[in-house]
Amino acid sequence: MSDPSSSDAVKSAGWLGRLTAGLRKSSAKLTGGIGDLFTKRKLDGAALEELEELLITSDLGTAMAARLTANLAKTRFGKDVTSEEIRTAFAADIETTLTPVAVPLEIDAGKKPFVILVVGVNGAGKTTTIGKMAKQFRDEGRSVTLAAGDTFRAAAVEQLKVWGQRAGVPVIARETGADAAGLAYDALNEAKGRGDDILMVDTAGRLQNKDALMDELAKVVRVMGKQDETAPHAVLLVLDATVGQNAHSQVEVFRDVSGVTGLVMTKLDGTAKGGVVIALAERFGLPVHYLGVGEGVDDLRPFTAEGFAKGLLGLS
Amino acid sequence: MFDGLSQKLGSVFDALTRRGALKEDDVRAAMREVRVALLEADVALPVVKEFIEKATEQAVGEQVIRSVTPGQMVVKIVHDCLVEMLGGEDEAASELNLNATPPVPILMVGLQGSGKTTTTAKIARHLQTKAKKRVLMASLDIYRPAAMEQLATLGQQADVITLPIVEGEKPVAIAKRAMDEGRRGGFDVVLLDTAGRTTIDQALMDEVTQVRDAVSPVETLLVADAMTGQDAVATATAFQEKVGITGIALTRVDGDARGGAALSMRAVTGVPIKVMGVGEKTDAIEAFHAERIAGRILGMGDVVSLVEKATENVDEEEAERLAKRMMQGQFDLNDLLSQLRQLQKMGDMKGLLGMLPGVGKMAKQIKDADVDPKMIKRQEAILLSMTPRERTQPAVIKASRKKRIAAGSGTSVPDVNRLLKQYQQMAGVMKKMKKKGLAGLFSGGGIPGAGLQGGLPGGGLPGGLPPGVPYRGR
Ligand SMILES: Nc1nc2c(ncn2[C@@H]2O[C@H](COP(=O)(O)OP(=O)(O)OP(=O)(O)O)[C@@H](O)[C@H]2O)c(=O)[nH]1
Ligand SMILES: Nc1nc2c(ncn2[C@@H]2O[C@H](COP(=O)(O)OP(=O)(O)OP(=O)(O)O)[C@@H](O)[C@H]2O)c(=O)[nH]1
Ligand SMILES: [Mg+2]
Ligand SMILES: [Mg+2]
Repeated sequence: MSDPSSSDAVKSAGWLGRLTAGLRKSSAKLTGGIGDLFTKRKLDGAALEELEELLITSDLGTAMAARLTANLAKTRFGKDVTSEEIRTAFAADIETTLTPVAVPLEIDAGKKPFVILVVGVNGAGKTTTIGKMAKQFRDEGRSVTLAAGDTFRAAAVEQLKVWGQRAGVPVIARETGADAAGLAYDALNEAKGRGDDILMVDTAGRLQNKDALMDELAKVVRVMGKQDETAPHAVLLVLDATVGQNAHSQVEVFRDVSGVTGLVMTKLDGTAKGGVVIALAERFGLPVHYLGVGEGVDDLRPFTAEGFAKGLLGLS
Repeated sequence: MFDGLSQKLGSVFDALTRRGALKEDDVRAAMREVRVALLEADVALPVVKEFIEKATEQAVGEQVIRSVTPGQMVVKIVHDCLVEMLGGEDEAASELNLNATPPVPILMVGLQGSGKTTTTAKIARHLQTKAKKRVLMASLDIYRPAAMEQLATLGQQADVITLPIVEGEKPVAIAKRAMDEGRRGGFDVVLLDTAGRTTIDQALMDEVTQVRDAVSPVETLLVADAMTGQDAVATATAFQEKVGITGIALTRVDGDARGGAALSMRAVTGVPIKVMGVGEKTDAIEAFHAERIAGRILGMGDVVSLVEKATENVDEEEAERLAKRMMQGQFDLNDLLSQLRQLQKMGDMKGLLGMLPGVGKMAKQIKDADVDPKMIKRQEAILLSMTPRERTQPAVIKASRKKRIAAGSGTSVPDVNRLLKQYQQMAGVMKKMKKKGLAGLFSGGGIPGAGLQGGLPGGGLPGGLPPGVPYRGR
């Protein structure tokens, strides 16, 4: 196993470079497409259809893409438009949709500990995101404990322990195969006893159509409520930016089962655009707190409506 | 959330009762719905366009056969096209290629978290237990925390040997050591698990090409998540161009994603999908089935695998006999008894229903209906308390007989009534089916109890599954 710094070195130029490179690349096709379509061209029916299709290629979904193009048509139909104008108009519209959900995660200092439960489908980036967030909380001077609630997957506990070291925070763990709810219960007890500011609870990845696994998650939530009626105080659903329309059902089911309070989207440093988040914002109105932009401990950004909208459309 | 395509097409064609050849205008109207359905299923736009072109060409001028509606005909053509584009039923193409001097290197690549490590262990276990190969696994993931421990643990669980971990060794060196060890230890196959990487991470893409050059893999499998959206094209193309892939491993097929990414990746790379991951455990791996994925993408439910799974446990001959009787409208209480017994053998209904992504409502209906094993046992007891004559001629069962049957089976008269009512509903559906073929089965009228599912296996599916089984459930 290599240390984090050397892995970051291999993985090149720092997060900013990667984010910009990533978003530029991810918007390249979209914006390239718009560029090809419009140096200056009349916005007619055919042009609108092509624009709608380009939005679809960013996973916005057919309905959201149709809505955005319809809005564009309202003011500009039949007019001569440039690609820059179109991109700016789309970005503004998307920003408006995202603004209400671009809300940072608030830590209520009155809760000791403030309990954050992290949930999501397999491989979305839960454990990594916990590591990154823990590091940020530590840097803000808060005391943090992690609970290795993934008692199922091979080496999940070891993985979280490494993240605990990277962030400089303790990890409460049991052997693989132990009861996740029991662990969460004890971890909360322990963190409470220590007077920790924050307890972050990792969970095993689970697909939202697996009833038994979702029941198990509901139980984790329930037992923590026995320790502290108000816990968990935040339930973050981690979404992978490569996900398509299935994200809708992920949000819906995880929300119903575990009371999701906010979203995190990971892997925006790749070619995926994560455009589904726009449709999710409109449909569910759940806050989006963070974006993951790499595998390093510092590769976590706050979500901003303007940044996301402009990034998606290749505007800086 | 998604309506079945056939349902949508149904509305397009509602007004259309004409027979004869499919007209271009009608086909185009239908294809607009197909387009939206495919996009909602996450098929990538360029692939959707290509597909629509092809399907339209095939559909225009096609004679509508008598037993189906024009809408059903279009669904069938679309389904067939989809199966073909997914690689058809060419099973040989989806087999892993092990034709080389051992040890045969297999390289696993893909984005972060797509399922490479798990799939590596699954394939290893499969080759070892089913193909009787000696398999060695090695992790080249020096980045992700505990990645190597993860593979080692999975190896222990699946009884597959993993290459001992050497601290600080670089991926190319690990790969070479794995091949050396493979030769020395007389292994047939060496599976190389790699770190997840985005395709725009130049350093990591270079690293994996160096690994490739060092070991010349016979198979390079792109491991990709069935939930992937439009990015499937960019990712698959990049791995194909920069590393060169020979096949795709589609993971999380046990989820409820429509799986359009499978079509996208297959279409843009031209390589076959070789395996599917259907769970987290190391035995949760299956061969690729184009029919299954096609049905899923169209939102018609995973009809084929439901049927397959059911038939595995159901006595084929009995199912056929029942099917025949159903088709002839002769279904009596003896048949219901036989069906209940088959149903018991089928095991976890919920699991089966989980495979039907497009039929949420129906699944719920069945879930809420009487499928618990205790209920089935009770119904069986009721049926066994009847005389043979009562079972062949249910009409004779009047109040006094009901009382006797209830007493004999330790149930109550309402229980007996419920069973009889369920039987009548089923018989009604069977009649409809007799008239309309399978189509009738899914139109209107709920699913009466669970019995129907038991009848599906042999029932009305002579000679394999009917593309475009008109799933017009509402
Ligand atoms: N490029 C990139 N990779 C990420 C990001 N976040 C997580 N990953 C990687 O994605 C993979 C999966 O991350 P995990 O944190 O293990 O995901 P998980 O949701 O905990 O997975 P399970 O516990 O197995 O369900 C790892 O290789 C991470 O390094 C991100 O923002 N960008
Ligand atoms: N439900 C389900 N889960 C799967 C399947 N395949 C893998 N997983 C889960 O997905 C998560 C990620 O799997 P890994 O095998 O660690 O993925 P990876 O590609 O090796 O991840 P990195 O090495 O971090 O890039 C784990 O929680 C696995 O248990 C599958 O077919 N179905
Ligand atoms: Mg995890
Ligand atoms: Mg791995």
